[in-house]
Amino acid sequence: MTITITNIRRPNSDTPETLTIENGLIKGWNLPAEGETIDGNGATVAPALLELHAHLREPGQEVKEDLASGLAAAAAGGYGTVVCMPNTSPVIDDPALVRALIEKADALGFARLKPSAALTKGQQGKQLAELSLLREAGAVMFTDDGRTNEDARVLRLGLEYAHSLGMVVSVHAEDATLRADGVMNEGAVSEALGLPGNPAAAEAARVARDIEIAALTGARLHVQHLSTARALDLVRDAKARGVPVTCEVCPHHLTLTDEALRGFDPMFKVAPPLRTQVDAEHLLAGLLDGSVDCLATDHAPHTRAEKEQDMLHAPFGIPSIEVAFPLMWTQFGEVLGLERLLHLFTGGAARVMGWPEPTLDAGQPADLVLLDLDTARPVTPAEFRSKAKFSPWAGQELRGWPTLTVVGGRVAYRR
Amino acid sequence: MTAFSDTRPRHLLDFQGWSTERLTAILDNADTMLSVLDRPVRKVPALQGLTVCTVFFENSTRTRISFELAARRMSADVVSFAASSSSLSKGESLRDTIETLTAYKVDAFIVRHEASGAAHRVAQFSGKPTINAGDGRRAHPTQALLDAYTIRQEYGDLAGRNVTIIGDVRHSRVARSNTELLTRLGANVTLCGPATLLPRDLAGERVTLTTDARTAVKGAHTVMALRLQTERMDAGYLGSLPEYIQGYQVNEALMEHAEPGAIVLHPGPMNRDLEISADTADGPRSRILKQVENGQAVRMSVLYHLLVGRA
Ligand SMILES: [Zn+2]
Repeated sequence: MTITITNIRRPNSDTPETLTIENGLIKGWNLPAEGETIDGNGATVAPALLELHAHLREPGQEVKEDLASGLAAAAAGGYGTVVCMPNTSPVIDDPALVRALIEKADALGFARLKPSAALTKGQQGKQLAELSLLREAGAVMFTDDGRTNEDARVLRLGLEYAHSLGMVVSVHAEDATLRADGVMNEGAVSEALGLPGNPAAAEAARVARDIEIAALTGARLHVQHLSTARALDLVRDAKARGVPVTCEVCPHHLTLTDEALRGFDPMFKVAPPLRTQVDAEHLLAGLLDGSVDCLATDHAPHTRAEKEQDMLHAPFGIPSIEVAFPLMWTQFGEVLGLERLLHLFTGGAARVMGWPEPTLDAGQPADLVLLDLDTARPVTPAEFRSKAKFSPWAGQELRGWPTLTVVGGRVAYRR
Repeated sequence: MTAFSDTRPRHLLDFQGWSTERLTAILDNADTMLSVLDRPVRKVPALQGLTVCTVFFENSTRTRISFELAARRMSADVVSFAASSSSLSKGESLRDTIETLTAYKVDAFIVRHEASGAAHRVAQFSGKPTINAGDGRRAHPTQALLDAYTIRQEYGDLAGRNVTIIGDVRHSRVARSNTELLTRLGANVTLCGPATLLPRDLAGERVTLTTDARTAVKGAHTVMALRLQTERMDAGYLGSLPEYIQGYQVNEALMEHAEPGAIVLHPGPMNRDLEISADTADGPRSRILKQVENGQAVRMSVLYHLLVGRA
């Protein structure tokens, strides 16, 4: 099967070009048109985005999201590959389950699925899961995300074992005892609102501990969804010392602060919580100076009814996979520049995983996205592919919407 | 008629959007309501034909009775809905519940909930005038109004008065609402409690924090003891109850350090001889039963203000 995409531009180029795809691979640039022809309308072409942190809720919580809706949403957000989190029901700690999910996702034809698997059985933090069998089955990362690794010794063992398999362990770095019953950032706003706070120190204290364990084991540690200035400083220092640690930041921690909670809308309830403007600016600086390795969405869909509870009872999480790129491009495109931003969504994420950086060279897998960097369009949750049809950014005019996502030479999304 | 600088608030969730004049008008009007309670027939037709719904997700018989009597004395029909928010989360959302009640043609909601901000959500979902009867740690505006009213009854004015609030400030919506209202009305507020129960972020203009009770009551015209949940000890906030009593109990020995003639308040229900000594609670300084009486009048005034429109 052959597809020719005409009238597209590479980042920072004004020259319209043509790309030909054949049998799932990139055949080459500016060849004579053949097969199905798609007009790119002058959009910018880039390798498809890579998501390291999405909650797709299958198995067990399909009422919130399933592979079909989640991976379609990912494709609509410009993603070609999604690493999903294992905090499902049952937990993804079983090699057969990993195989079944990959098979099902392949048949769907939206974004590729690369499941992560639990580091410990049932994400209980007590006994390691069957890491080598999980890897054989196709798991690409180990994590107990959704839970925190309270037992430092178990994390050490997990890092050592995963390292021997050449695998990354990613952590939800938050001291659960210090977080306690906190539902939002602890500070002047939480006190004014009378909501139990989660101090920034809960994250920093745990990041400090985990960095020490990474240094002890020499194993690759990835810190998820960093939200505080202090924790980012710890990662930056660790990197400077040569500790093998990487980290990700989520768009919502860059674009929203705890002030958003003033209306008591649990839509903004997320873990780790929205922090302060100082934190958000510090994280942005981290994107600029390279101490943040990649952007990840932590796409966390829930039902509307769950989010229509009060602040104490509503679950944590924001669905964001369909708006992540436009949000970042609109708000920070000028500061970061297109190339750096794309790197944070693609190559940076690949490097965290130890995968080759994706390119659009001939012979490479045809995983690509067309981005309309100029046309402003409002966020319209009713049109989301995700089952979670609500968004903190609803109605906001954003630019940078994906117009076409191709995965393995197949059109996975087309606007 | 009083001219107000704010647009008429539709809800009493906290004091945001409420001008000081409007709050003062509610207190002024409570005098009239109090006189209704002294009549042989304690009922006026002001809210005839209107239906008020009390929605208590968290149990509080006293507060519910105070509100229900206030509404009935003004001839409103009253219905009450009681549910635990945990049973709610099993399927029906807060929104479903409130929209259903709204469909019954209720004219106003009075909401009590364990989560801060729940009353805001009810107001959003119902669109009807909503009174916060206590939400989580956040706010209990009618309690603050009745406290302010009681202090004003004593001193005529709040300007320059020193009010000290002692106890579990961290978990107290009473402390938060009182701090907001009393400072707005010109009083100085001192918040006092063990450091574990006294969030530093509450300090502000005219709001002083101290962990020393004697320092806290020095110069105080009013001392308010907060209810202490005994489970705070199990949660690690306190070494022991005897230790707490020694440091923070409002009693005659502590009141020696306050202004002569200073009064004592308590939002109730009291743990006698824990946060407040029995002899102080029942003694001449105590205005605790006055608070209960005033509470009904203040709530009548609030209902009147929100549902009829004149202050
Ligand atoms: Zn997490």
